Amino acid sequence: MSNLEKYNQAFVDNFGVKEEDLPGLAYQAVDAWDSVGHMQLIAALEDAFDIMFDTDDIINFNSYEKGKEYMNNYGVEL
Amino acid sequence: MPIFDQLERYDGAVALITENGEITYKELIEKADMVGGFLAERSLAFCVCSNRMGAVIGYVGMLRKRVVPVMVNFAIDKDLFAQLFNIYRPQFIWQPADFESEGGTLFHMDGYELKKTGFSDLPKMADDLALLLTTSGSTGSPKLVRQTYENINANTVSIMEYLGIEQSERAITTLPMNYTYGLSIIQSHLYAGASIVLTEKSFMQREFWNLFRKSEATSFGGVPYTYEMLKRLHFLQMDLPSLHYITQAGGKLERDLHLEFAEGMRKMGKRFIVMYGATEATARMAYVPAEFAVEKAGSIGIAIPGGRLELQDESGTQITQSGIVGELIYYGPNVTLGYAESREDLANGDERHGRLETGDMAMRDADGFFYVVGRKNRFLKIYGNRVNLMEVEQILKKNGFEAVCVGKDDHMRIYTTNRETERLRDYIAEKTRINRTAFTVIRIDAIPRSESGKVLYSELQ
Repeated sequence: MSNLEKYNQAFVDNFGVKEEDLPGLAYQAVDAWDSVGHMQLIAALEDAFDIMFDTDDIINFNSYEKGKEYMNNYGVEL
Repeated sequence: MPIFDQLERYDGAVALITENGEITYKELIEKADMVGGFLAERSLAFCVCSNRMGAVIGYVGMLRKRVVPVMVNFAIDKDLFAQLFNIYRPQFIWQPADFESEGGTLFHMDGYELKKTGFSDLPKMADDLALLLTTSGSTGSPKLVRQTYENINANTVSIMEYLGIEQSERAITTLPMNYTYGLSIIQSHLYAGASIVLTEKSFMQREFWNLFRKSEATSFGGVPYTYEMLKRLHFLQMDLPSLHYITQAGGKLERDLHLEFAEGMRKMGKRFIVMYGATEATARMAYVPAEFAVEKAGSIGIAIPGGRLELQDESGTQITQSGIVGELIYYGPNVTLGYAESREDLANGDERHGRLETGDMAMRDADGFFYVVGRKNRFLKIYGNRVNLMEVEQILKKNGFEAVCVGKDDHMRIYTTNRETERLRDYIAEKTRINRTAFTVIRIDAIPRSESGKVLYSELQ
């Protein structure tokens, strides 16, 4: 699985959304992406890429696109 | 004297703080009494809660006017709201202006509006009935807990005492106001003349921490799941000079997590206080004094001031020895009257007489600290909500899903013979207003049953 596929899979699994709905998806745009869902997403990404997010990156990670930028900070190229 | 009748003495002190400004106690009273002016004494009102100024103003106004509020969350499931509305027939609804409900608008204030429903010829309510809270709010049960003025007073004073809440404190909201734990924080701070920082934002949002720092918040509360989030956020490494203490309730915190926060907070010279409670006991029943946080990690602590904890064996005899498991019984002036399941029940008197069977199985150590080790009944605590597994099964059955539920706190496993597992998962998340990741749905060919037809839950563990 490519990095992008793994990244997308974390959203699909946790929020029950389709892959085509991911572009533009933001925090609280779907019921499942609330604070609990966000924590699950962060946990899934940390596990999938074996990284640990900084506090600032977790609380600024408020959209599908923004998250992609942060992945780069941890050496994950999407 | 009812809890908010003496707020005048705090006059110019700051009562409520939001991103957009603050109001003093004097302003809070003026606004609250303006809402009260539209309400009839000893009427029933729905208070649709959010962590916004309007919600607190309305709540204070109702209690000062002897109006009995039913506290519900603004994100409540529509069917449940309709059910509550039809069962309890409130004369008024105090709600966010964009909340959908029936009734004619009387007036607007701070993003909230007051509606009159038109219900009349209603049965009288008990004189000491002050407040009604849902039991969990999650499984669609319209059952309410009946709290008195004396219950609220006693618990509030006790909480202020053991947490040492002074006027200089500023608690920031992290829990819904309709949830007894969130409400108890608001009540105890107002009673002490302290300030409350109101926000709808969560730990997971930048805006929350900006407001935390700007308002110099001194405390907050969290359920077990909150602490998992805080751990992931590296909270113990954050620089928060204004913080004095944090509290935990709403379910059992894993011992490791308890220990990590107890040690981390102690290192920072701040307090960590684990507590135990229930809506049926107004809010709090026990706490672990901060100085014992490390030593007694995993414990629910000792009874709050004014209360008493006891263990009872199956025959109803008190257990006096340490190390023996029995049902945890609480005695105190904060034990509520009982439940209500109809409007007529609001006239009922005290059914508990200061004694609450908690349904938790616990033991006591030699120092008198209590430890919850299990439960008598089938329920889970999910993100601080008490979720009755039988009720979830019934909701699913009513909607055509044959399913049985098991699990542990913060995670429910649903076994179903239905093929549409994802639809079931979304459905139950929507109904309970709990994030779908809390549910795992597993398809099985048949529900395991004994010869007599009883579900064999042990085969699903």
